[in-house]
Amino acid sequence: MDTHTKIRKIKEFIIERLIFLSGIMSIIIVALIFAFLLKEGLTLFWQVPLSDFIFARNWYPISDPPQFGILPLILGSVLVTAGAAVISVPIGIGSALFIAEIAPPKTKEIMKAGVELLAAIPSVVIGFIGMITLAPIIKSVFGLPTGLTALSGAITLAFMAMPTIVSIAEDAITAVPRQYREAAIAMGATKWQTTWRIVAYAARPGMLAAVMLGIGRVIGETMAVMMVTGNAALIPHSILQPVRTLTATVAAEMGETVQGGEHYAALFAIGIVLFIITFLINGAADLYLHKTKK
Amino acid sequence: MNVYLKQKIAFSVLFLCTLLVIVPVLVILAIIFVKGMSAIDISFLTEVPIKGMKEGGIFPAILGTLYLVLGAVLFAVPLGVLSAIYLVEYSRENFLSRLVKLAIVNLAGVPSVVYGLFGLGIFVLYFEFGASILSGSLTLGIMILPVIITASREALESVPKSFRIVSLSLGASKWQTIRHSVLPHALPGILTGTILGLGRAAGETAPILFTVAAFYLPKLPTSIFDQTMALPYHLYVISTQVPGIPENVRYGTALVLLLLVLLLNLAAIILRYQFRKRKRW
Repeated sequence: MDTHTKIRKIKEFIIERLIFLSGIMSIIIVALIFAFLLKEGLTLFWQVPLSDFIFARNWYPISDPPQFGILPLILGSVLVTAGAAVISVPIGIGSALFIAEIAPPKTKEIMKAGVELLAAIPSVVIGFIGMITLAPIIKSVFGLPTGLTALSGAITLAFMAMPTIVSIAEDAITAVPRQYREAAIAMGATKWQTTWRIVAYAARPGMLAAVMLGIGRVIGETMAVMMVTGNAALIPHSILQPVRTLTATVAAEMGETVQGGEHYAALFAIGIVLFIITFLINGAADLYLHKTKK
Repeated sequence: MNVYLKQKIAFSVLFLCTLLVIVPVLVILAIIFVKGMSAIDISFLTEVPIKGMKEGGIFPAILGTLYLVLGAVLFAVPLGVLSAIYLVEYSRENFLSRLVKLAIVNLAGVPSVVYGLFGLGIFVLYFEFGASILSGSLTLGIMILPVIITASREALESVPKSFRIVSLSLGASKWQTIRHSVLPHALPGILTGTILGLGRAAGETAPILFTVAAFYLPKLPTSIFDQTMALPYHLYVISTQVPGIPENVRYGTALVLLLLVLLLNLAAIILRYQFRKRKRW
């Protein structure tokens, strides 16, 4: 072997090591995120037992003594997320069926571009529009003291979940083999019967994954929800009340905390909760997606 | 006849669903364009904000966002492309590659505010970069990593197997094959993913809240260890934190941010379209 070949071999060895390292970097990053959340957040549990953190009813982080019960925040997140799901799931699945099965090719491309456009709008812009246009409408329709409520949050977030639901559900519907449709039509089924009873039925796991990923996006959404839900950390009794979600709490309060203090640790502990919730949802959705591909 | 009537009703309902998704997008865009245009002129784009952000321009925020986005891409693209090369060209179907894919899916789903916490914990505090452009760029870079990896993977997978086989049969090594026979053909796809990542990074607020963004900082940053203003955070600040900001300043800021993000997305869509049209295999 001459020196030239030798140098090339060494160079390639280094490059291939680098490629391997970059390849497993995603695993390293996920581990690092979890490790740093634990590092900064776990100290809270020296003072506050885990059960109190999750089930206590009061979030008064700056009163004396402070109370760190995230139940109102969890309920706020659940209420807004459930509301957003009720709105976005039927509409999202419906338009995925329309775009995938019914729309003529040209219309289909335009509609897909529209969905992509919605996905591209930054969440702070959607929050801004929700705050300025949607909140006053809700305020006057229901005769409320403020339009910044869980309902405004649910409607705003529904729009942020829809691009995810539509595009993933549409992929799942398109992936249903053509023979299924042909067989149904040959048996005398109408186009609608085929779409609803055969295609939608066959695409169920993919559609379920789409819904889960959409909900995952809603739970993690921060800026829009912070701008339109009114930010009151109280246990909500109605969807027409201001609420505060887990994400909004972290974003709104981190600036006021002392690094290493209890409040600071509590916000990182909320980060741990969020990380675990989204990890489970995304992992489960991924399993369903693989099921469809087989 | 009954089934056809049913079909007609069903199709109309589905069409209505689609309109409910598309029409609000157009309404949002129309409102921002109409109300924001009046605020935008040369001085709005090139001057620093004055009088508590009520007057003047938003230049520091625009520049800050450009720096952050550039930094994020410089970090995420090399790492993301190498990672995609590993998945497509080197890894076998085994436990490790399953784990990598699962990690990518989860990175894509981590809430943006959790990235902010992570950036604060690791870059600002542990590595002691402070609240700086460096910390913010790295945090945004990690956030867009899954976008870049996924796009690069698709681009690499779309290059036919025969290209690799021919190159290898001529005596090229594995890396030479990837470098000269695969990467050039995957480049447009990788570029598309990069631009989409740029758009995503430009619009995100939560990851930069604790890692770089300054509330009000009329002077321009001079090094990567400086804080900076940024467009999305500036929009958040002037619409919720400071009372009495004139409406057209808010809409103008929203329009500039929206235009930046939409133009990047449009560029990606056009590039992808051109690429598909020119593909010869």
